Amino acid sequence: MKWDTCDPKTAYVLHLADDALILGQRLSAWCGHGPILEQDIALTNIALDLVGLARQYYGYAAELIGEGCTENDLAYFRDSRAFMNHLICEQPNGHWGDTLARQFYFDTFHFFQLEALAQSSDERLRHIAAKAIKETSYHAQYSAEWIIRLGDGTEESHAKIAQSLAHYAPFAHEFFVPAPVDQDAHKMGLGPDVSSLLPAWKEKVESILTLATLPAIDLGFAKKGGKDGVHSEHHGYILAEMQSLARAYPDATW
Amino acid sequence: MGETHSLEDRFQAFVEAENKVEPKHWMPDGYRKTLVRQISQHAHSEIVGMLPEANWITRAPSLRAKLILLAKVQDEAGHGLYLYSAAETLGTSRDQMIDDLHSGKAKYSSIFNYPTLTWADMGAIGWLVDGAAIANQVMLCRTSYGPYSRAMVRICKEESFHQRQGFEIMMHLAKGTPEQKAMAQDALNRWWWPSIMMFGPSDDQSPNSAQSMKWRIKRKSNDELRQEFIDKTVPQAEFIGLTMPDPDLRWNEETRHYDFGTINWTEFFDVIAGNGPCNAERLAARQKAHDEGAWVRDAATAYAAKQASRVASRPTQTHAA
Repeated sequence: MKWDTCDPKTAYVLHLADDALILGQRLSAWCGHGPILEQDIALTNIALDLVGLARQYYGYAAELIGEGCTENDLAYFRDSRAFMNHLICEQPNGHWGDTLARQFYFDTFHFFQLEALAQSSDERLRHIAAKAIKETSYHAQYSAEWIIRLGDGTEESHAKIAQSLAHYAPFAHEFFVPAPVDQDAHKMGLGPDVSSLLPAWKEKVESILTLATLPAIDLGFAKKGGKDGVHSEHHGYILAEMQSLARAYPDATW
Repeated sequence: MGETHSLEDRFQAFVEAENKVEPKHWMPDGYRKTLVRQISQHAHSEIVGMLPEANWITRAPSLRAKLILLAKVQDEAGHGLYLYSAAETLGTSRDQMIDDLHSGKAKYSSIFNYPTLTWADMGAIGWLVDGAAIANQVMLCRTSYGPYSRAMVRICKEESFHQRQGFEIMMHLAKGTPEQKAMAQDALNRWWWPSIMMFGPSDDQSPNSAQSMKWRIKRKSNDELRQEFIDKTVPQAEFIGLTMPDPDLRWNEETRHYDFGTINWTEFFDVIAGNGPCNAERLAARQKAHDEGAWVRDAATAYAAKQASRVASRPTQTHAA
C-alpha cells in the first residue's frame, strides 16, 4: 500500500490515530445493543469522540504525507501490518464488563498520554490533545464509575469484572513498554517516555479498584506487538469489515 | 340541566378548545389506553429502528459517514428515551413496555422488518423512512397530550436533520459512479413501497383513526399524510435523477396531487403479522441485549441500594463552633 511506510513523526501520529479508530470501531458495534438505553447512548458518545479524534490525527498525518493523501486513505486503505494501535484496542467487546474493563484501562492511560501530549514539541499535537483531554476525562470517569458499580454491585458482577480486569491486564502492560514508534517520538519531544506514565496510571487504577472492592491487579507479562504492527488475529477481521465497502469501490466518493 | 356535563363531555370540550392534557388531568380510559399504545409503539419503533442502521455503522465507507451514522442511530436511542418517558407519565413503566415488545404484545413500525442490504439503504432510510416519519410527527407536535407533544417537538428537529443527511447520501450516490447510482436506484426500489405503507391502512380500513382525530391525538388521516409525503418526495427523486418504482405514478393537474399505484396491503398485513424478512431477527436482537444486560442492571441496582444505605447510615455531621 502506498501509505504503509512513513517518517517517524507521521508514524507516531498514525499510532495515535489507529488507537482511537480501532477502539472507536469496537465500541460502535455496541450501538443498539447496550444493556440499558441510557448506557447505549453513553457508550456511543465515547465511540463518537474516539472516531472524531481519529479523524483529527489522520487529517494531520495526511497533511504530513502530502501527495493528496486523505484521512480516508489512511483509515481504509492501509493493511493490518501498517496499523500501530495497542493490542487492547482491537480485543473483542465480550460482555459489558469486558468492554468496560478494556475501556477503563485505556481511558486512564489515554488521559495521562494526552496530558503529556499537551506538552508536545509539536503545536498541532498540543492543540489536538488539549481538546481531547476534556472528553477523555469524562470517558475515564465513566468507565471508572462502571468498574466501581460492577465491583461493588452483586456477587456475579464482582466476579465477572474481576475476571475481565485480570484478562486485560497483560494488554494494558503494552501501554508502558516503549516500542520504536514511542522511542522515536520521545526523542523528538513529540510524546512521552511511555514507561514514565506507569506510576500515575497504577495509582489511579488501584484507587478505583479499592473503591470497587476489587483486588489489585498484577500487570504480569506484557502482551505486545501492536505498536510494531504485529496484531492479534482479531485485527484482520476488524479491517475486513471496516474497509470492505471503501475498498470494493475505490474510485467512489461517499 | 344544560349546565351539567359528563367528565367525557368536559374533556372533549377541553381538547377541542386546543388545551393540552397533562398527566394529572382526568382523561377517559380509552384516551389513556390509546396513547400508551401509540407512544410505546412509537418508542419501540425508535429502538428497533436502530438495528437496521446500526448494521452499517462498522462498514460506513468514510470516517465522516461513520460519525454521521453513529450520531444518527444514537439520536434514535434518545428519541426512544423521550417517548418511553412520555408514556410513563400515563402510568405504564418502561419495563412493562419493554416486556410487551419482547412478548410480541406491543408492535413497532413494520418498516424496520426489512433488511439493510447496501450502503444506499442508509440514504433511503434517512430520506424516505425518516421523511415519512416526519410527516406524521410534525402533526403530532400539536397532539392533545402535553408530554407527547413536547417530546415530538424535540424529535422533529432531529428527524428533519436526519432526512437531509439521508437525502445527501442518496444525492452523492446518484451523482457518483454507475455502480453507486445503481445502488441508489435499487435502494429506492426496495424502500419506496414500504415507506408509503408506514402511514398505515387507508382511512376506510383504519377503525381507530376517527376517535383519535376526535380526541385531537391525530390531526390528519393516514391517506392525507401519505399523499402529502408522496407529493413532497417525488420531485426530490426527480431532482437527483432516480425513478420511482411505480408505473402509475403521475401528476394529476385536476387534484394538484400525484396519483399513485395500488399499495400491496397483503404484504403490509403479512409483515405486521410477523412474516416480514427480519421480524424474528429484530426481536431476537432486542431480547438478547435485554437478557445479556440483566446482570448489569442488577449490579447497578444493587450498587445504588448500597450507596443509599451508606448515606442513610452516615452520622450527621456536627460542626465545631
